[in-house]
Amino acid sequence: MPSYVNPEKCDGCKGGDRTVCMYICPNNLMTLDPEAMKAYNQEPEQCWECYSCVKSCPQGAISVRHYADFAPLNGTCQPMRGTTDIMWTLKFRNGVVIRFKFPIRTTPEGSADPTVGGKEPDPAKINTYQLFTEAVDGVEPKKPEAVLNKVFPCTNKTMTI
Amino acid sequence: MPKIWSYNFGLPLAEPEIVEKETDILIVGGGMAACGAAVEAIRWAKPFGIRILLCDKAAMERSGAVAMGLSAINTYIGENKPDDYVRMVRCDLMGIVREDLSFDVGRHVDDTVHCFEEWGLPIWKQDPNTGKTLDGAEAKARGLTLKGGAKPVRSGRWQIMINGESYKVVVAEAAKNAIASYDKAEYIERCFIVRPLLDANEKNRCAGAVGFSVRENKIFIIKANATLVSTGGAVNVFRPRSIDEGKGRTWYPVWNPGSGYAMCAMSGAKLVLMENRFVPARFKDGYGPVGAWFLLFKARATNAFDEDYVAKHKEELKKFAPYSEASVVGTCLRNHAMLIEMKEGRGPIFMHTEWALQEAEKKMDKKEFKHLIAEAWEDFLDMCVTQAGLWACLNIEPEKKASEIMPTEPYFLGSHAGCAGAWCCGPDEDWVPEEYKKPWREIGLYNRMTTVKGLFCAGDTVGACGHKFSSGSHVEGRIAAKSIVKFVLDHKDYKPTIKETPEELKKEIYGPWYRFEQFKNATTVYEVNPNYLIPRHIQARLMKLMDEYVAGTSTYYMTNKVMLEKGLELLRMLKEDMELAAARDLHELMRAWENRHRVWTAEAHLLHVLFRDETRYPGYYYRADFMNIDDANWRCFTLSRWDPETKQWTLETYPYVQIIPDPLGP
Repeated sequence: MPSYVNPEKCDGCKGGDRTVCMYICPNNLMTLDPEAMKAYNQEPEQCWECYSCVKSCPQGAISVRHYADFAPLNGTCQPMRGTTDIMWTLKFRNGVVIRFKFPIRTTPEGSADPTVGGKEPDPAKINTYQLFTEAVDGVEPKKPEAVLNKVFPCTNKTMTI
Repeated sequence: MPKIWSYNFGLPLAEPEIVEKETDILIVGGGMAACGAAVEAIRWAKPFGIRILLCDKAAMERSGAVAMGLSAINTYIGENKPDDYVRMVRCDLMGIVREDLSFDVGRHVDDTVHCFEEWGLPIWKQDPNTGKTLDGAEAKARGLTLKGGAKPVRSGRWQIMINGESYKVVVAEAAKNAIASYDKAEYIERCFIVRPLLDANEKNRCAGAVGFSVRENKIFIIKANATLVSTGGAVNVFRPRSIDEGKGRTWYPVWNPGSGYAMCAMSGAKLVLMENRFVPARFKDGYGPVGAWFLLFKARATNAFDEDYVAKHKEELKKFAPYSEASVVGTCLRNHAMLIEMKEGRGPIFMHTEWALQEAEKKMDKKEFKHLIAEAWEDFLDMCVTQAGLWACLNIEPEKKASEIMPTEPYFLGSHAGCAGAWCCGPDEDWVPEEYKKPWREIGLYNRMTTVKGLFCAGDTVGACGHKFSSGSHVEGRIAAKSIVKFVLDHKDYKPTIKETPEELKKEIYGPWYRFEQFKNATTVYEVNPNYLIPRHIQARLMKLMDEYVAGTSTYYMTNKVMLEKGLELLRMLKEDMELAAARDLHELMRAWENRHRVWTAEAHLLHVLFRDETRYPGYYYRADFMNIDDANWRCFTLSRWDPETKQWTLETYPYVQIIPDPLGP
């Protein structure tokens, strides 16, 4: 179901440096109405229900009403995403509620070290097939155990159109 | 409220500012392959002062195919051999893949998975004492790492389970941190690159690319020594099964319009196996993943009468030997068996989640069973929340009730279980046959370079190298990036010269807006105007004709020569009408260009299907006039090239070389 915004909770992120849902939406759907100071989904039929906006909204103002094409009303999935875990609350159409909590990352936010340990590869190894981590660790890329190199005959067709 | 000329305008269009930039390496895209490219390129570029610019249509934390997250990494070699990985890829893709490219992915991919773990991705492990499953956080707390020799939880021979809600967040963070650590690297988000730029002086030489901001009225003209097209696959080219709101619920991400295929084609690069498509059989409508259900939970799928449709059609599938005889029957052949049941009225097809879980419950205590149920839901919540929501809407508890599965509309991709894309160079090593080197002898043997000098690919855009998935795409980005740095070092004196003037490019890129402004008042509603079509119209026409003529769902994926020729006639008219697209706001300008990319992708696909006189992928599509697999004539690549000068397509066959000895599959 496409995402929707609760107007009572949305404040257009006016306290922040950017409108978070608008910043994050992978399909450029979430948009701020600067007069109303509220966000909306400008093209619900192109929403993937990826929940990026739902997870990141600082006001918890965004939910999803699943696709009208095939989803009966009143089933919901609502996440609460923290820095190490995500908590999901699922409500069934018949009222059954289930909850799950899953880890999302094992390191502090922002800490991913792109050098993976701080050592730089020897620039002369640009001429090898080692990736930088392999160059640092001295790992040689494998070659096939056995090589057949059999050329298969085929029809010789061309077409210009 | 005005009744005429009413439209809920998004960000307004205005006369754009022209921003000209020059860099050494331009990375187009921000997904797994692009993030891998950024991380790798910077390590090698820094000592040489090489400049890098990455342009992402969205925001890197949540862009690309992994934006929502994933519940598994589908390519981790571990205790296996890269040679067997190649066997698996070639068997599933019906015997025609570039084994040099696949082997190259297989030998490096684990290194990249180890990076993910280091950066913070939680990877499930087997408890070394009990053999039971530990989630990624518990495993980390106990100091268990893949690099340190801990055993992952395999859902299949090549797949490992993860807690992957923030998979892309973590991978993008490493890429952004790499860029931030180097003063000659930069990224621009919400910058949609729409076409390559060719050099004015040197033939067949990419000189950069052009695009625009989807947030501000700016066009970017970027001169580059080397350009990496690391964009996604193609979605919503065919009419989807859900046609209203639900058309957003594509299996592959809806924001992938085939930009990479289109950009390679426009530049005159050769494409390969563009007839290949992927038609995944997924949970009906929600398109939730089935992999964990089949592999981890051991669920069985049947027709309406509890019959195993693959076992039932074993004799039928023998027609497609040797591909049907391997240890794992190819994905398209399993679809083929399912389609027979559906056509003959024995649907729906059910995934028996309830049998699998009830069976598991017998061997477990209450707590373990509760954990298993949580794992089943996490599989959806990590990568396809809709499916969890749909089960909630339909009151489906998987331990009590079966769910329908169904083959989707067709998709194009080069990284998942498909192999459409550009014809790229592999590693220049002694074990690689001359057939896979010859096409690049003149322009240089640079790993992952297309047949256009200076234009590279990684991830979904590399053809004949499927089953890379998320980890393989990231590592392919890394492979390409290193090769690009080498290319730039070898071509230090190159000065890109662009054919078009900035003013001409502006007119072209913003064409749909100029057209709207020119004609908007010719009628009383914006949507119906004889002078233009809005993007939605173009997409609808494309999806309808592809569905009806080019083997979409409505013909059960069946077509023939006459249908294809008719479809081509209509597609060519659509390609002309596409020049008359109008855009009312920045969002529609993005859609207008996305649809151009879809139409180019569709044209390449149609021509390839027309060219190949056989049914290489039964279950994905059928040529009704050539219903068999014809290995004697067609176990070969099909290559296509659009000539930027003559504007004509030429298709040719090209020999397949088997590098890794038999058996066919692992």
